[in-house]
Parts: sequence; structure tokens; C-alpha cells
Amino acid sequence: MIASVHFPILQIVLPLLLAPVCVLLRGARLAWFTALTASWGAFGIAVALLYDVLAGGPVSYAVGGWNAPWGIELRVDAANAFVLTIVAGIGAVVMIFARKSVEHEIGDSRAYLFYSAYLLCLAGLLGVTVTGDAFNLFVFLEISSLSSYVLISLGKDRRALYAAYQYLILGTIGATFYLIGVGLLYQVTGTLNMMDLAQRIGGQEDLRGVHVAFAFLTVGISLKLALFPLHFWLPNAYAYAPSAVTGFMAATATKVSVYVLLRVFFTIFGVDFSFGQMPLGEILMILAVAAMFAASTVAIFQNDVKRMLAYSSVAQIGYIVLGIGMASVTGVQAGVLHLFNHALIKGGLFLAMGCIAYSIGSTHIRDLGGLGKRMPWTAAAFVAGGFGLIGIPMTAGFVSKWYLVLAALEQGWWWIAVLILLSSLLAVLYVWKVVERMYFQPAGGTGETVERAEAPLGLLIPTWILIVASIWFGIDTRLSAGAALEAAKTLLGAG
Amino acid sequence: MGGEFITGELIGVESIGIAMLWALLIPAAGSLVIAWLGRWPNLRETVTLVTAGALFIDVLWIVELYSRNGGTALTLWEIFPGLGLTFTAEPLGLLFALVASSLWIVNSIYSIGYMRGNGEQNQTRFYICFAVAIASTMWVAFAGNMLTLFIGYEVLTLSTYPLVTHSGKPEAIRGGRTYLGILISTSIGLLLLGLLMTWNIAGTLDFTPGGVLAAPLAAGAIGGPMIGLLLFLYVFGIGKAALMPVHRWLPAAMVAPTPVSALLHAVAVVKAGVFTVVKVIVYLFGVDLLANTPEANWLLYVAGFTIIAASVIALRQDNLKRRLAYSTVSQLSYVVMAAAILAPISVVGAAMHIAAHAFGKITLFFAAGSIYTVAHKTEVSQLDGIGRRMPWTMGAFTVGALSMIGVPPTVGFVSKWFILQGAMQTEQFVAVAVVIVSTLLNAAYFLPIVHAAFFRPPPDDDHAEHGEAPLPIVIALTVTAMGTIILFFLPDLPLGLARQLGIGG
Amino acid sequence: MEAFGLYNYWIVIFLMMSGFYVVIARGNLVKKLVGLNIFQASVFVFYISMGKVAGGTAPIIAEGVETYSNPLPHVLILTAIVVGVATTALGLSLVVRINEEYGTVEEEELAGKDPAE
Repeated sequence: MIASVHFPILQIVLPLLLAPVCVLLRGARLAWFTALTASWGAFGIAVALLYDVLAGGPVSYAVGGWNAPWGIELRVDAANAFVLTIVAGIGAVVMIFARKSVEHEIGDSRAYLFYSAYLLCLAGLLGVTVTGDAFNLFVFLEISSLSSYVLISLGKDRRALYAAYQYLILGTIGATFYLIGVGLLYQVTGTLNMMDLAQRIGGQEDLRGVHVAFAFLTVGISLKLALFPLHFWLPNAYAYAPSAVTGFMAATATKVSVYVLLRVFFTIFGVDFSFGQMPLGEILMILAVAAMFAASTVAIFQNDVKRMLAYSSVAQIGYIVLGIGMASVTGVQAGVLHLFNHALIKGGLFLAMGCIAYSIGSTHIRDLGGLGKRMPWTAAAFVAGGFGLIGIPMTAGFVSKWYLVLAALEQGWWWIAVLILLSSLLAVLYVWKVVERMYFQPAGGTGETVERAEAPLGLLIPTWILIVASIWFGIDTRLSAGAALEAAKTLLGAG
Repeated sequence: MGGEFITGELIGVESIGIAMLWALLIPAAGSLVIAWLGRWPNLRETVTLVTAGALFIDVLWIVELYSRNGGTALTLWEIFPGLGLTFTAEPLGLLFALVASSLWIVNSIYSIGYMRGNGEQNQTRFYICFAVAIASTMWVAFAGNMLTLFIGYEVLTLSTYPLVTHSGKPEAIRGGRTYLGILISTSIGLLLLGLLMTWNIAGTLDFTPGGVLAAPLAAGAIGGPMIGLLLFLYVFGIGKAALMPVHRWLPAAMVAPTPVSALLHAVAVVKAGVFTVVKVIVYLFGVDLLANTPEANWLLYVAGFTIIAASVIALRQDNLKRRLAYSTVSQLSYVVMAAAILAPISVVGAAMHIAAHAFGKITLFFAAGSIYTVAHKTEVSQLDGIGRRMPWTMGAFTVGALSMIGVPPTVGFVSKWFILQGAMQTEQFVAVAVVIVSTLLNAAYFLPIVHAAFFRPPPDDDHAEHGEAPLPIVIALTVTAMGTIILFFLPDLPLGLARQLGIGG
Repeated sequence: MEAFGLYNYWIVIFLMMSGFYVVIARGNLVKKLVGLNIFQASVFVFYISMGKVAGGTAPIIAEGVETYSNPLPHVLILTAIVVGVATTALGLSLVVRINEEYGTVEEEELAGKDPAE
């Protein structure tokens, strides 16, 4: 039973320690196997933690035996146990995908570096999620960010380098803003532990330092999660990163930032301050709606499907933030649920693009003609994922949209409900643009050679794992919606 | 997870729940087997026919069980807390399932003749999508709550999209775009919103005799304007009912092969649309509730307008299939208007008209496809004298046309009779006038075709040698034409079911 | 006088704004990184100022000393400095790679080098 007590720390330490091992082993296959072990181990731990938390309430772990508020506390409750499971799960599935994809896009000679950076990124993201200490969160955030800059720069196209650089600049500004915010809070309260912070801010809400800290934290995290209009780093980064990285990042990195946002708004400052004293609800709502429409519209006009999906991500983040901005149980539940569902859908879609990039060497829409015949399984995966984005019933996307609209109606914001549904029609346009191309256009240019070019199983299986999951959670919502409800209750109850 | 997953009575051969599940599983399994047997066309077609037959027998069995024991709800599992995938047998759904499953057999026979006769590509995909479309139609017919119905409705849209765009030509893609664009945007933009608002207001989406909105109305939670708004969301959200101005997808979908047009117009798609409208009016709003809500009166006028306007447009179409499409738009609004008259007797008429129009229109489309297959003619003006070469085809066409107009001894007369009766009872003379005017218009755009086909000489430059269509096509259209007449003399089965609905509502 | 007494905070704000300005306004990728460094340095100064207790000394227990500065922010900022160094190193290595691929580190020149999508 000792192991299970240490689960929260093992969660981070496992990938963190195996990352240098990858470098030492050098061989592509060995490094991959190590990374695979680490990521699946982390996933197993995350699932175990989720069950623990749902059954027995929050788990707290004092790092090095130093008790909170002095030591660093790792704290897992319903909210982050859920996020942990998503991040670790996606990390594990993408790792299967990475074997073939990395071999093809990066090459075996440098593969071990990829796996090492990947594990560091995973460790950072898990750390951000699991920690209960505001400064510790910054450190993990930077671990994941730095390694993700590296991962993005590994893309085949040279534009990946500039995309990584832009992300580095904006990401660092965001992280530094966060750091300033934490500093101001420490100045006011003298503590860094989140639970402790929450208690001590009570009664001091009128101090200007708290207000400024709130502003810095909000802007800093919004940069990291690519909230419209702070999303400019995201489309290029996703479009030019290696396929496996795009799949992993799209499904996890922004999601973890959303989680941080939730923690700051609900746990640290509390819902009364964030949404009562500060005009956060209105601001988030306007930005979210703007994201839903602007980013979806831009997505329609993209010719590179990876870029298109990246813009779609910005729009989907809008949905998540919209739910959070409602600050009601159903609203937050919808936000958290969409965080989960969108991770599956978008992860699956980006992996499908990875399959296409592997077989055809391009994700440009003009090269996708005839794909319905040439890569039937991949094309079908894309269609199924696209249904999820649109929100067709029996897909995960429908479930989150259901809760989101319901939350809007509960608030009496029927026009927001209308906007949500209208904006999902924009998704029909960009998804269908690709579908028509894949099924009705003959294979690009020459047109005669319609030969099967299906991606290898090593790529197809992980893609379909995510796609099937996105359908499964559209049919059986007990686990996902139930856990999201618990998370929402935890977050709102703590305030 | 089995045990807790499925609730409801499932034990024993006598169980209606099991029988309903079979109605979903048979065509679904059929589509898989068809996919598997794609390389052997004869075997594949046999499977299609066997599936169609098995489904029809199963639906008959459900009707039998229902008349013996009444319906029970079967909940497969809950998608949202308190809102599950529920299936119930009730008269209207049974009638719809009966019509769809019986016509599927005929349509399959016809498809085989048509697809082979025209040497179409991708036939396996065609039969797969066809079977999936039927499965979703059964799903819609037996849906026990609005969410379940909505799911089937969307699957039906998506599974018919590859059928509409079957040829893959640019105009097919354009037509498909309109088809999908209108159906998806209305269903997500309006219908889903109405659904969620109802769920938010009433806390249930179960189809309940008398409606679910009566309690919130009595409690003062909603008022008349809200009911008017909800009705708007539902009626226009159900794009498949093709009420103007959301009818444009129907003519656009005419690019599809003719068996698909028949499927769209008679068996599944539009019928699912009007079926849903009737279901919503009877089981979600409640006839009495709407009758007492002045804000809901507009539906009658919109439907009446659609009937007249679509008939006028049909009059001016030279393309035979487009003329039939606009005729469908007009006929669908009969069903909607009949339901909107809000008298029990007219609801019976609405249910009957679903069946009547299905048999009549499928005959007309079969005839149109038959002409295309043999003579490659698509325009009305080319049909002079064709009745002499294709007596069976044009004979059946005549029967179908008469049913559309509502001349005895065709079943179209029966449903119109009930609709008129309802309109007279409730003194809605606008509806009476609409029925009379549109009957004249129907005659004006159908009878000239019949006249030209039989009594005008063929044009001199027409040297194409052709006789009657291939046997499967002739069999199919004769059967449906016979059905149109038989139902006039023996309307007991559909009428019995429709009457129960009238009493229940 | 009080405003002047908080002069190190004024320095923090000055550094922060000038660093931020350089990041935004400069087109040279290296200069942007320099700006980013200044920006981060301002935060370091901010944390260090925050931990200083008036009249306090370094937090090492010694005879006759009653007041100590708060060591925690100083420790924290050590970590942040390490992160900053890592960021700069990574950023510069990216710039080197960009220079290898494009032959320039000027933003305006980079923009024209790739065909527009």
C-alpha cells in the first residue's frame, strides 16, 4: 500500500526520471520502449488516482515530508484527477503513434531526443495538474513549455523553427505574467499554497494588490491557453510541429492551461471574487463568443488541414471558456466535459492527419483528393472525428454541446444558446470542405493512379483508439459527465 | 455492464421490446453483411431482399404484439441523467414503421432493376447506406422520447447523404451540399434548441399522450408566446417536413438516382419529417394545449400556403422529377396542416396521409425512374405517346396521380376525407378552401401528363426502340399501384392504428 | 518621500516596461530575446525586493541578530533564474537554427522567405 500513498509524486517522477534514461539509451527502439513504459505507467497511476478520489475524496501528498503550507503540497481532487487522466491517457495513446510517425518525420538518429523531450513535457503537464502550490506550478509549467518549444521545432518544415520561436516568446511572457501574479499574491498573503491562499485572500479582496494579481494571472494563463485574441502562437505551432506532437499538444497543453485557469478563478480567488467583484463573467463570455465565431470563420478559409484544425481548436477553447464563464455548476461541468471530449476528438483528428502526412507527405487540402479510396480507414476516422467537432448526436461533441446549451438556458441566456448552435454550424462548413475533397475529388493532379496507400497499423490503431473513445463517450456519458459534474462541484464548492 | 444498462421488459419471445430491438438490428446487421458480400452482387442483393422481408415480418409481429398487450417502453441506457435511449411502440410509429418496411421490400426489388439497368457505380455502398437509412428510420419510428428521435433523425440525414451524391458529379455534390446544409443547419440550429428548451422547461422529453408542456403552462412557467416560439423551432427545425421556406433541399436532392428519390419521398426521409411533426404536436405539445394557444395558429396558414405555393411551382416544372418533388412538398404540408387543424379526426387524416402519400408517390417515382431507365427521358414535354410503349408504367403512374389528386378508388381519397372532416368540424374554412384549391392544382399538373402519355401521338423524330421496363421495375411499380387501390378498399390496418392515435391524442 | 522610498519598485516597473517594449517593437530575433531577458529580470528584482525586511539581514542564525529577511522569495527566484537561463539558451539556439535555414534573423526578411499558403 506504500506505493498507492506515493501515487501523486510517482505520477510526475516516473516520466521525469525516465526522460534522461532515454537520452542514455540512445537507440530509437529502446528509447521508445522506455517512453512507452513511462507514459503508460503514468496513465495507470492517473486512473488509479481518479478512482481513489471519486471513492474517497481528495488526496494530499506532502513532498519530502514537509507539510503544507511550508512544503510543497500535491493535491488531487475530483477536478484535477479528471484532467490527469485525460493528459496521461492522451500521452500514452500518442506514444504508440509516435513510433512510426517519429521514425518517418524526425528520423531514428534523433528519435531519442524526441522521446526525452516528450517525457519531460508530459511530466511538466502532469506536474502542473497535480501540484497544490502556486509557485511549483510555474516551475512545472516552464518544464512543459520549454520541452514543447523543442518538440515543435523538430517539425520537418523550416517554418516550425520560427513557430517555435514565436511560441517561446509569447509563452515566456505568459509564464512571467503568471509569476508576477503569484509574487503579488505572496506579498499580500505570505503563502504559496493554493488552499492557504484561498483562505487568506478572504477579507482582503479590496486590496489593489489582489486585483492586480488577478489581472496578471488571468492574462498570463489566457496566453498559454490561446484564448482569443491571445491565440496567435497556436496555429503556426500546431501546423508545423511533427504530427505526434500536434496530436499530443492539441489534446493536452491548452487543456492543462484551462485547468490552471479553473484553479485560479475558483479555488484561489473563489467564485464570489472572480465573478462577483471582477467583471470576469462578461469578459470571458464576449471573448469566448468572439473565439467561436472568428476562429471558426478563419478555419473555413484555411487550405492546410492541420492549420484549419488548429483554428478550430481556438474556437473550441471558446466553448470551454464560455462554460467556465457561466460560473454555474452546469456551466463549469460543460466546460470541463468539453475539455475532455475535445481532447479526444481533436487528438484523434490530428493523429488522422498524422496518418495522412505519413502516407502522402502533405496535409494540404489539394493533396487530399481521392483519400476516401486510398486511405479508407484514415478518411473514415477523420469523418467520425469531424462529426464530433460538429456535434452530431452519438459523438462526444454532442454531449458537451448539450450541457453547454443547457447551462446557457438555465441562466436564461437563450441568445448565447442560439450562438453556440449557430457557431457549430460553421464547423459543418470546414469539416465538409475536407470530406468533399476526400470522397468526391479524384486523387490530386494525375487522377489515374488510385492505389491503396493506407497508413500502417501502428498509426491507425492509436488514431482509432481516440476516435472510438470520442464516440463511446458520446453514447455512454456516465463516466465523463459524472466526473465532470464532480469536478464542477469541487471547484465551485471550494470557493 | 449489461444488467443495469438496459431496463424494461426483455424476457421472452412475446416481448415487444425484443421485437423492437430486432427492428433496429435486422437492417443494421444487413448493412454489415452487405458490406462483407460486396464482391458477389447476386448474393449481396439476396441479402438485401432477405433483410427487407425479415424486417417487414418483424414489424408485423410488433403490430400483433401491440394489439395484444399494448406498448411498453424499453430504455437501452441513459445518455443524460433521466434521459435515455428509449423505444416505445405506439400507433403512429407502428403505422410509419409498417409503411416504411413494406415499401422497402418493393423499393429493393426496384433498386436492383434500376441500378443494374443503368450500370451505376459503387452499388455496394448504395445498398449499405440504404440499409442504414432504413435502420435509422425504424429508430425514428420507435423512438420513445424526443432525444432518441433526434439521434435517429440525424443518422438518417447523414446516411442518405452518400445516396444523394451517389453519382459524384459536380451537380450531385452541389445538390448534396444543399441537402445536407439545410437539413443539418435546421436540425442543429432550431430543432436541437427547441429540444433543449423543452427539456429545460418540462424536465422530460418522453412522448406523452396529452403532451409534456401542460404542467409547466398550468404552473405559469411558460406562456402562450413561448409555446408559439417552441412550435416555430420544432416545425422549421424539422427540415425534413419541407415546410416553406425550408423545402429547398428536396428539389436539390433530385440529382440522386431514382430509387433514392423514392426512398427520400416515400419510404423514409420526408416521412420521417412529417412523422416527427405529428409526433411533436400530438405527444409533446398536446392537441388540446395547442388548440387553446392562439399564438400557435400560424402553423395552419404556413402549411396552407406551402400546399398552394408548391403546387403552383410544380405546375411550371418541365422536369418530371422536379415536378414530383414540388408535389411532395405540397403533399407533406397536407400532413402538417391536418395535424395543425388540431381535431382528433384530422390527426387520423394526418396519419393516414403519411401512408397514402407514401404509396402514391413511390409509384410515381418508380414510373419516372422506369421511363428514365428505358427511354432516357426526364422532361414532361418528351412524354407524348409513351403510354403506348410502356402501358404498365404509365398505368401505374395514372393510379399514383389519381391518389395524389384524391380520386376514389385510391387511398388518397380516404386521407383527404378525414382532413376535410376535421376542418369542417373545427370550422377552419381556410383549410377547407386550401384542400379544394390544391386538389384542382394537383389535377392541373398531373392529368396533362397522363393525357399526353396515352392520347397524344409520339413525336415523329422519336425513333428510339424501347418497350416496357425490366421486370423487377415493373413488378415494383405494379405492386405499389395495387397497394394504393387496395388500401382504399381495405384501410382497416392503417386506419385502426390511426384511430387509436386520434383517441389517444 | 514615500514614493522615493520604494525606488526599487519603480526600477522594477521601468525594467518591465522597457523589456516588454523591446520584445514587441524590435524585429531582430536576438534583440527580442534580450528584451525578454530584461522583462524577466524585472520580475527577479521584484521578488528580491519583496523578501527584504527593513533592517533585516541574511537569514543565517547569528548572535545578536533579531530580524532576518524573508529567504523564501530569494529561493524562489533562484529557480526562476534557472528557468530564465534555460529559456534564453533555447531561444538563442532556435535563432541559430533559423539563421542556418533562412540566412537572416530579421523578422521582416523572414516573412517573405516562405511561399504564402
